[in-house]
Amino acid sequence: MASRRRKPAGKAQISLVVNGEPTEVAFSPHKTLLEVLREDLGLTGTKHGCELGECGTCTVLLDGQPVLSCLALALACDGKRVETVEGMARGAVLHPLQETFADLGAAQCGYCTPGFLLVAKALLEENPSPTRDQIKQALAGNLCRCTGYLKIYEAVELAAARMQGEEAEAKEETLYGRR
Amino acid sequence: MLRLPPFTYLQPKSVRQALRMKTDAGANGMYVAGGTDLYPNMKRRHQEPKVVISLAGIRALGRITGGTRGSELSVGAGVTLTELHTHPRVRNGYSALARAAELVSTPVLRNMGTFGGNICLDTRCNYYNQTYEWRKAIDFCMKKDGEICWVAPSSPRCWAVNSSDTAPVTVALGAEFVLVGPDEERLVPAARFFRDDGINYLTKHPHEVLTEVRLPPLDHWDATYWKLRRRGSFDFPVLGVAVWIKWDGGLVADARIVLGAVASYPKEVPEAAQLIIGSELEDDVIEAAAAAAYKPSKPMDNTDFGLAWRKEMTRNYVRGTLQELRTRRKD
Amino acid sequence: MGGAEGGSADRRSGGLVHRSADPANRRTAEPALRVVGTAQRKVDAVAKVTGQTLFADDLFLPRMLYGKLLRSTQPHARILCIDTSKAAALEGVKAIVTGQDLPIPFGILPVSQDEHALCPERVRYIGDPVAAVAAVSEETATQAVELIEVEYEPLTSITSVQQAVATPEPRIHDYGPHGNLHKLINLEFGDVERALAESDYVREDLLFYEGSTHLPMEQHAAVADWSADGKLTLWSATQTPHYVHRALTKVLELPASRIRVIACPNGGGFGGKSDVFNHEIAVAKLAMETGRPVKITLTRDEVFYCHRGRHPTLMWVRTGVTKDGAIKGMHFRSLLDGGGYGSYGVASAYYTGALQTVTYNVERYKFQGARVFTNKAPCGPKRGHGTPQPRYALEIHLDKIAEDLGKDPAELRLKHLVSPDSITANYLRVGSVGLETCIRKVTEGAGWKEKYGKLPYGRGVGLACSSYISGAGLPIYWNAMPQSGVQLKLDRGGGVTVFCGSTEIGQGSDSILAYIVSEVLGVGVEDVHVVTGDTHLTPVDLGSYSSRVTLMTGNAALQAAERAREILARNVAAKLEVPMARLAFADGRVFDTEGPHNGMSFAAAVQLSEAAEGTVGTVGSYTPPDSPGRYRGAGVGPSPAYSYTAAIAEVAVDAASGIVVVPKIWIAHDVGQCINPVAVMGQVEGSVYMGLGEALMEEMAYRPNRNVIQKMPSMLEYKSPTTLEMCDVVTYLIEDPDPNGPFGAKEVGQGPLLPVAPAIANAVYDAVGVRIDEVPITPEKVLKALKKKEKGEEPRYGPHSFPEIPWPEPIRVPPPWEGGDGRAVPAGGAAGGEGGAETGHPAISPAPTAPSVPSPSSPERQH
Repeated sequence: MASRRRKPAGKAQISLVVNGEPTEVAFSPHKTLLEVLREDLGLTGTKHGCELGECGTCTVLLDGQPVLSCLALALACDGKRVETVEGMARGAVLHPLQETFADLGAAQCGYCTPGFLLVAKALLEENPSPTRDQIKQALAGNLCRCTGYLKIYEAVELAAARMQGEEAEAKEETLYGRR
Repeated sequence: MLRLPPFTYLQPKSVRQALRMKTDAGANGMYVAGGTDLYPNMKRRHQEPKVVISLAGIRALGRITGGTRGSELSVGAGVTLTELHTHPRVRNGYSALARAAELVSTPVLRNMGTFGGNICLDTRCNYYNQTYEWRKAIDFCMKKDGEICWVAPSSPRCWAVNSSDTAPVTVALGAEFVLVGPDEERLVPAARFFRDDGINYLTKHPHEVLTEVRLPPLDHWDATYWKLRRRGSFDFPVLGVAVWIKWDGGLVADARIVLGAVASYPKEVPEAAQLIIGSELEDDVIEAAAAAAYKPSKPMDNTDFGLAWRKEMTRNYVRGTLQELRTRRKD
Repeated sequence: MGGAEGGSADRRSGGLVHRSADPANRRTAEPALRVVGTAQRKVDAVAKVTGQTLFADDLFLPRMLYGKLLRSTQPHARILCIDTSKAAALEGVKAIVTGQDLPIPFGILPVSQDEHALCPERVRYIGDPVAAVAAVSEETATQAVELIEVEYEPLTSITSVQQAVATPEPRIHDYGPHGNLHKLINLEFGDVERALAESDYVREDLLFYEGSTHLPMEQHAAVADWSADGKLTLWSATQTPHYVHRALTKVLELPASRIRVIACPNGGGFGGKSDVFNHEIAVAKLAMETGRPVKITLTRDEVFYCHRGRHPTLMWVRTGVTKDGAIKGMHFRSLLDGGGYGSYGVASAYYTGALQTVTYNVERYKFQGARVFTNKAPCGPKRGHGTPQPRYALEIHLDKIAEDLGKDPAELRLKHLVSPDSITANYLRVGSVGLETCIRKVTEGAGWKEKYGKLPYGRGVGLACSSYISGAGLPIYWNAMPQSGVQLKLDRGGGVTVFCGSTEIGQGSDSILAYIVSEVLGVGVEDVHVVTGDTHLTPVDLGSYSSRVTLMTGNAALQAAERAREILARNVAAKLEVPMARLAFADGRVFDTEGPHNGMSFAAAVQLSEAAEGTVGTVGSYTPPDSPGRYRGAGVGPSPAYSYTAAIAEVAVDAASGIVVVPKIWIAHDVGQCINPVAVMGQVEGSVYMGLGEALMEEMAYRPNRNVIQKMPSMLEYKSPTTLEMCDVVTYLIEDPDPNGPFGAKEVGQGPLLPVAPAIANAVYDAVGVRIDEVPITPEKVLKALKKKEKGEEPRYGPHSFPEIPWPEPIRVPPPWEGGDGRAVPAGGAAGGEGGAETGHPAISPAPTAPSVPSPSSPERQH
């Protein structure tokens, strides 16, 4: 019986700026950015739900723009800036979106959360005061099975208001419902 | 995790370099642009290139030029769908194309997927766009690894469906594609770029690079695109209707009606377009055109929704697109 | 406490917004609740928004191997031969196991021990695992499974319930009452035929609820580690670590004491991770074979093959009412497509008939249920377990009855609500019932009176109500132990650690423990540390299913905390020389209520107690109260408390295409008492979302003519609503406390899903006058019904027949108001046949002495 041998593929090496830090990483050349982040850089905050570009879970920011890390070849990211959920907080201070996602229950199981946070961050950088409809459109590439999205919209709106300098708080109805 | 098979990744800086790499790689080589079509397909082993040649680093493919008064608009094939639909000149003058691009998949995917990639999108079928193990369980299909087209088992051909949103619009607008090969560069009208075959669905030779799409100058024409699908995001079209109308003093001087996602190619229905030429798009004319487009619309059972309903919606969508164009008639 | 202007420091110390007290609505013992009822961050919220939560696939252990399962490409076949030699020869392959290595069957229910980790001789659906490989990388493992050659001998496959009923051979399993019938139920509470005959009006309907799947964003994953001293550790994305523990013990033949199961936080469960899965056992076996850690992470299509989702259910219902709409008798039949294995299916089948009686008074009730085997992925429990289907049927049926009687559907329901603190015809003891308030809130909020029957063509509103259990009254395997246990450790520094076997699946079960302990002991929520879901460290809790966690772990935590409070109070009272009853626990202090300066810090109180009595720790546990039902089958349906929901959907129907859009839903849910209102909101909104998906687009579809393969096992083709399909939701939280709930709390995780689909169906009727008696309500179905309406035919889309089922003799139980005592009356000469099992969970779990699989002579085989 012929033994099939895997060809030992040489590793590729690239330079990235990951969450602000210049990083060199070596990996099998056919790996996706998702795999390199999780397996070679230990950044498991980036999750995956299908690996086919059909759910948005693995979204990271590449040069500030949301991309599907499951469909981005890591080799193609050489020299680029990558931002993952691990890079959102400034030291121990959470990003306003992280604060509002935590407070409003916009993260339930938390699995899709990193993707939503990063898309929302990119949205607010481009459009600091998005309407509800603009938020829906921007987040239309991320599936969440827990929340029904409503708390996510409210969290984005609240964070947007705070980032604009308003002393905004969650509406009572958001936290307590109607009675 | 579903992973890519091993391959060699090449990153040329020019089209010429890319062509050379492709010549060297031969049949084992494939071009990739955004990767949003090829990589999922590779993960499910629809395509198994040993060499992947990325066009993403070729700056020339990322430009949008012209489109001002009287000149044609040239869009590089490497322009992302996001860039395409947000570009002011595309949005203003070529709104049907902007709309089609904006309706592709999701906002995140559109940041990666390119115009050229969407035009060259592999035909789709829900007997084909499945994992290797799934396909093995049905003994594969004609499009890959198997013998039979399960959509029409007695048919000698593959019925996979053209699922591009931008392709029908390019046909309707009468766009031309610039194809660059190792020895020649040729200009192909959009309508002749696609073939009615689920497997060999493009007239483009595999070694050629689609570098540019040329859209006709603005000149008293108008166009629109409607897309039918289950959800407002993610989903490929189960029916697309692209309509182009040349106005002449309130009358339709010329028209093209193109159906997407009902055949292996963007299907032009001249018999419907003929009916509106010379009219003011009166209700009965629109109804006749919708009926004429309905007849040749022959979706197969290989996408979401049932084919009877999709066929029926052809009538509604042709009617709707024509009504839309009537309301903003250009004199 | 964080005021409306509270910054982050305030936010840490308490609620997000201090809500004005609403004493009118409170029936709880505690007059002033400090934590309970206040919106809080969940204890794991920061970890989740920073990406620090470790899900099972995030675990990377040194020397870890990657496992992969080979799954069947045949829907029904005998395995003739498995040749693993080529795979074994592949470099990097470390172990291969097949069914021969794991011969002992398992199953979540004691009566359905019909699964093998790897099929030894027969496969029963496409995706049924037959071999497993461990290799140095996932790629190698994938390559290796493809090199395994399996020779199958195909068997006739069963593709539908109709075929299963009509085709006794080949049997998919060799147990069950007959052929491919897995379970038959026939229960009668009073003479329903007579009740129907005496009714003013009788209506009959047929409805169908299509199957759907959970689609958690996280694909299942498990990591196993085997140490040389014979100890096994399994980390898994499971909702039920205790049941996984039991199954591993059985299949691997290891002492339970040497197996440790750790439930990682689940990236979504919805019931889909509450079975014991093949990969969990296979990965453990691979770790034992290799002596190295092994991880298996399923791909998305494998998650679809695991399924255990909503049973496709065909239903027939016949109800007799008075002119006033009072239900004199109801006869309900359900037929469930179970797929290839038992799973929770026997319970699911019972649930399709259990809760019809807890919303509106039903004088006499008859339920006949059947579950069949087919060669599809096994069905099991999905959010609402077995009850969304009959709820869909019942609420549409009632809507039709209301129209037939010329009554407003809201008024009809309001008139005949079940009374609080009552017992139903099928012996379910109902406690608090906030349904009336729920109906009033949504009808007022939605403008029901102004809209119902009055909106222009194409717009409509529909109402539906529902109820759900707060945990099942009985565990799924027979035992007399508590369903939930909690241990509390009090630290000298003032910290409190809660240990509980419950499983965090995103619903906030970890947080519930912290809030309740914090409430009772007066320490900050952030001073309570929670350790859950670890069979080595935590006392057993049965798991995150049946909406049992808040009520059961909450009560266990409450008991443990009160016992700790007692210890501290005893010692502080002695020291301060005040009566124990005068002590208060709040703001991290223990003090005299009559002189608050007279007190000490909580930490000092712990130190004092530890000095006096030794290490301070307590336990608490919870066992649900006995249910009044004493007949065979009475085990499914009882619950310590029932939640109630009412929903109104507004729809826009495009008559030209049949496309239904739902712009808004008003929903009121009686949760008894919110522990954390913002978490309750999340459960309501999430339930609406999932209900919306099931109502409009989600569908577990197969290609029966193509090897019974799943049509669309992908995120793209299984249609989960995006942000663009989700409707606006107006949520009313109703608090009608139940004495059995901690602080009066009842469930919220599942109940609010139930009324969504029927409310939408009823709204579609209000909009365009067609009945869609089947989910999903697709444009194709609506358009077909509209065309029938145009032609003057019955304006309806839905099933037309219910197959003949060889029902067994009914178990007859007179309802309480006809002198019944919860026991079955002896069936003609066969006394005791059904009434015999009076304890435990007779339907799904035989008493300990009985065989785990029913034998031919068992009462399961009645004809």
